[in-house]
Amino acid sequence: MNLYAVKAIYLFEMARTWRTLFQSIVSPVISTSLYFVVFGAAIGSRISEIGGISYGSFIVPGLIMLSILMNSVSNASFSIYFPKFTGTVYELMSAPISSFEIILGYVGAAATKSIILGLIILATAGLFVPLQIAHPFWMLLFLVLTAVSFSLLGFIIGIWADNFEKLQIVPLLIVTPLVFLGGSFYSIDMLPPIWQKITLFNPALYLISGFRWSFYEINDVGVGLSLAMVLLFLGLCVATVWWIFKTGYRVKS
Amino acid sequence: MKNLIEITNLSKTYASGFQALKGVNLNISQGEILALLGPNGAGKTTLISTVCGIVNPSGGSVTVDGFDIIRDYRKTRSLIGLVPQELTTDAFETVWATVTFSRGLFGKSANPAYIEKVLKDLSLWDKKDSMIMALSGGMKRRVLIAKALSHEPSILFLDEPTAGVDVELRKDMWNVVRALQDTGVTIILTTHYIEEAEAIADRVGVIHNGEIILIENKSELMSKLGKKRMILDLTKAVNSIPPTLDKFGLDLSDDGMQLTYTYDTQAERTGITTLLSTLHSAGISFNDLNTTQSSLEDIFVNLVRDAS
Repeated sequence: MNLYAVKAIYLFEMARTWRTLFQSIVSPVISTSLYFVVFGAAIGSRISEIGGISYGSFIVPGLIMLSILMNSVSNASFSIYFPKFTGTVYELMSAPISSFEIILGYVGAAATKSIILGLIILATAGLFVPLQIAHPFWMLLFLVLTAVSFSLLGFIIGIWADNFEKLQIVPLLIVTPLVFLGGSFYSIDMLPPIWQKITLFNPALYLISGFRWSFYEINDVGVGLSLAMVLLFLGLCVATVWWIFKTGYRVKS
Repeated sequence: MKNLIEITNLSKTYASGFQALKGVNLNISQGEILALLGPNGAGKTTLISTVCGIVNPSGGSVTVDGFDIIRDYRKTRSLIGLVPQELTTDAFETVWATVTFSRGLFGKSANPAYIEKVLKDLSLWDKKDSMIMALSGGMKRRVLIAKALSHEPSILFLDEPTAGVDVELRKDMWNVVRALQDTGVTIILTTHYIEEAEAIADRVGVIHNGEIILIENKSELMSKLGKKRMILDLTKAVNSIPPTLDKFGLDLSDDGMQLTYTYDTQAERTGITTLLSTLHSAGISFNDLNTTQSSLEDIFVNLVRDAS
């Protein structure tokens, strides 16, 4: 195992985060905080409690998930797409490093950034709305699994994309709508029955539901099912990345 | 000298159907500088990229220091440094950070003293904290060399290292390459510049349409394939070459004051003595004579033209 290479990639990527601190950390924290101010403090005070939880507190897990999903995908996709775009990927391909080690470095760094971001947003939310975390271990588990899974998805998108537009399509046109419609701002009990059924096909629902359960012990679907879905998604991403490196898809000619 | 790289029947056909390499066989000895010459699209970069692991071969095999490039890729890649053709560098990193990154990527523990030596050898030390985007093209090229040398490779591939580089820097770069050879590094470079191969290579290979059409020691190549020209400055102009001199294939200059005779240095008889006596019989006298050797460029152009 080329641990020096894994460490080099990881530190290189993390250094990029500190260099672009405002864009990487400050900006998503501020934009998520605006949700807390608007939906938590302002509009939220006029919305009735959901499952015995104030609306401002209710939306915190969903907003953290939104931020983690978006940032995991964009960080990981950019980190591998940019070397392809500039041509520096030649170095990665000619280095004595396995596919697994490449993924460990890039996905590890992208997931770390997302987890740090999620924890900062959580701390920031505490300034605006009352918070409780009933199951800290499960909260961290969902946080880590989601960050890793979606960083893998981002890595796949970064490999697949051959222009900046494609890089943006999946986060903006797929991930964001799924999170918004996956129960970030409401419980699916509040939807008409037909939409409740349709929402069950939305993978983000399971992530948000499980994550919210770890905070307030309220959930739209069973926790076991949420965990199974996260693990299934993780497995699909791992299999896709394995296939990419096995075939050299969009990496090697 | 033992073969450090052995390329056997290597072929590469891209998905588009383009056959970039057609059964290339090539051995490269430890410590030599091999220059690969060839026109655009000849297969130079594909050959280098395959040995370095960037391109998957379609057939054949490559070993580096006895290790197979696919089965033992970790071993072979750690022996190789690659300087790509394009100036592909990070823009926002510092020189120090990017070179240190490369060393780690190739599986070496941090060694600031060695990185410092590399940067000083390449006259980059005073730029170590500069962002790469702020450097000139020549400096960026040096950064790429520093990155390739960061993990102390025993083989260095330079893909057109002096493309777009001014004459002074090109000669600087040649000195760097020679100094590397002195430290025992084996160097393979591709180039369009014949004078580059002529100046620094021990052996010259010519690749054309995916095939090695010639591989030879540079000096032997020059003497084996080299033609010489003898130029005679006449004492008075002649209007035409007399028929008795037809068999020599002479060229007469436009002003009628110079005759040029081209001959093969390797031929049993160069024909010079007969030519001079025939000129005397024809009443053509001259007041000066000089000879010139054909350059590697002439040889290259002839080879590629013949192969086409």
